[in-house]
Amino acid sequence: MSKIEVIIEKCTGCGLCVKSCPYGAIKLVDSPHQISLGRSVKQLAVIDLEKCTYCGACVEACKRYNAIVLEKEETKVSEELKDYKDVWVYAEQRRGEIAPVVFELIAKGKELADKLGCKVCSVLLGHNVKELANELIYYGSDVVYIIDNPVLAEFLDEPYSECLAYLIKKYKPEILLIGATNIGRSFASRVAAKIRTGLTADCTGLDVDVTTRNLLQTRPAFGGNIMATILTPNHRPQMATVRHKVFKPLQKDTKRKGEIVQEQYDFTNVKIRTKFLEFVKDTTAKVNLAEADIIVSGGRGLGGPEGFKLLEELADLLGGAVGASRAAVDAGWIPYSHQVGQTGRTVAPKLYIACGISGQIQHLVGMSSSEIIVAINKDPSAPMMKIATYAIEGDLYEIVPELIKAVKEYKGIK
Amino acid sequence: MHFVVCIKQVPATTAVQIDPKTGTLKREGVESIINPFDEYAIEEGIRLKERLGGKVTVISMGPPQAESALREALSRGCDDAILLTDKSFAGADTWATAYTLSCAIKILSTPADLIICGKQASDGDTAQVGPSLAEMLDIPHVAYVRKIVEIKEGYIKVERMLEDGVDVLEMSLPALITVVKEINTPRLPTLKGILAAKKKQILFWNKETINADPDKIGLKGSPTQVMKIFYPPPRQGGQLITGVDAKDIAKKLVEKLASHGLI
Repeated sequence: MSKIEVIIEKCTGCGLCVKSCPYGAIKLVDSPHQISLGRSVKQLAVIDLEKCTYCGACVEACKRYNAIVLEKEETKVSEELKDYKDVWVYAEQRRGEIAPVVFELIAKGKELADKLGCKVCSVLLGHNVKELANELIYYGSDVVYIIDNPVLAEFLDEPYSECLAYLIKKYKPEILLIGATNIGRSFASRVAAKIRTGLTADCTGLDVDVTTRNLLQTRPAFGGNIMATILTPNHRPQMATVRHKVFKPLQKDTKRKGEIVQEQYDFTNVKIRTKFLEFVKDTTAKVNLAEADIIVSGGRGLGGPEGFKLLEELADLLGGAVGASRAAVDAGWIPYSHQVGQTGRTVAPKLYIACGISGQIQHLVGMSSSEIIVAINKDPSAPMMKIATYAIEGDLYEIVPELIKAVKEYKGIK
Repeated sequence: MHFVVCIKQVPATTAVQIDPKTGTLKREGVESIINPFDEYAIEEGIRLKERLGGKVTVISMGPPQAESALREALSRGCDDAILLTDKSFAGADTWATAYTLSCAIKILSTPADLIICGKQASDGDTAQVGPSLAEMLDIPHVAYVRKIVEIKEGYIKVERMLEDGVDVLEMSLPALITVVKEINTPRLPTLKGILAAKKKQILFWNKETINADPDKIGLKGSPTQVMKIFYPPPRQGGQLITGVDAKDIAKKLVEKLASHGLI
């Protein structure tokens, strides 16, 4: 068990630790030792162990006085854990199409595997998907494990999690990366529950500690206000769902060679209590928001639904998708599937054009990792204008039509 | 039917702001609320009860203060409320949280027909507890449900929201769903509801009540551990593009975007 303590002889009651604690676990209390300590410290820091997660943020904040001591429980890599090796990537596919995030994860998985001195492998589940295996190899997989079965024709949490858990138990990977898609986040949770291991959601940074072979999983928490690095020290595999577009895929190389391992799974004794009936494609979105390289987004400043027609024209011209702030969605101007932000989609395009979006924190956490942000707003003091790469003060109904003309001109379109 | 809704009390994130001087979270005056996604779960539970009869039990794991979240759920029309609270539950990750909830749901005197969770909590954003809970209870689940198409004894048909469309699925009950905001518009508590909720008793269950394995709860029972926490450097602002008129500004912007290879 980890231990944390405030050394009252050293505490000056400055309160820096209180501010640093993301869990609100530290309070200043009037010092009962004021006289016995023989100095004029009126207040002392007290840590509420019920709230403390031993993250060490306060130790860092108290560097000057060294008044907080944290003893982390020593993480022993047990003999059993040493049996686990290789980095696995779950190759999510639906209707024969591999999710783009899979190629990004293979590239990152390969980098981690090189550091650890092991292989990067993909797991492919589905029906009539064998020909996709080569694609995974061309993008860097050393091995592809396949279970091809009619039961897996459509994604269902139960049979998919059964199959993945079966392969994990048989081959014992040390790391398993899964795209943080709706499907990935849903069934990865079942797999982690089944095999009792840690699962870290929606990672944006991954690295390995080569001595402990621990995966350092970094993810935003508290709506992106803070970042946390999370470990799964005593369980294997270390599972993480990973946000798309954080890592770059390798160049496809048809000369890459790899091994394909066909596995069978006997479903006769498996309870499958879910049945797929049909898939209805969303026809309003021409480009998948989550995967778009360019997003033209609108907010309250649009003043009405007709503004999105204009944004759509610009988005079409740039080959991008249309996004929206919560205010625009709540007003009923555009469907929820376009919403960017904490309660909508998290996006990280190369270009994000925010039109009439003031930039509430909940919206910013959903798009602030975009490479280039353009803000068009009447209010120069809007938060979006402050973080934008290029800020334009003005009426979007004047700027955007001119922008459309200028892009057409640049592209040589009449 | 017995509907069980799992909720979490979270800091009201609208109030969470970074102190620009210290770069730390401002916590003063941050109130606690029901996780916004759980409000849709509560509403759906109540609507189902109103249509089909039965009762809604709301469960939360958290410190004793989380009682206020349960009280609010009762005021909206939930019938029973249980708070899983014990010092040894503290610091639980999603695995340990799902385990703790599963222990409580297993000992309910009326077995659950349908368990409803919000798609994720606004503080952790993991979306993992619901599906993990279903696995631990050995029942099927569908996440990201935007509509219950049909529900009857032992059967449910739902629509699952995906990035590119909607899956229509059916399950046998008991089952678990996690719901997205498209599913309904939550009602506000009525004065009558608030008064009625004040009279209701909230059950407090600890680790002994739910027969939890001490090695699987709280920080100690959590496979994941927080190694460190840091504040991301704030994004630096860029430049203001100005010009004589909209046309001039648009032209300058296009040049900039083209220089980045974006057009």
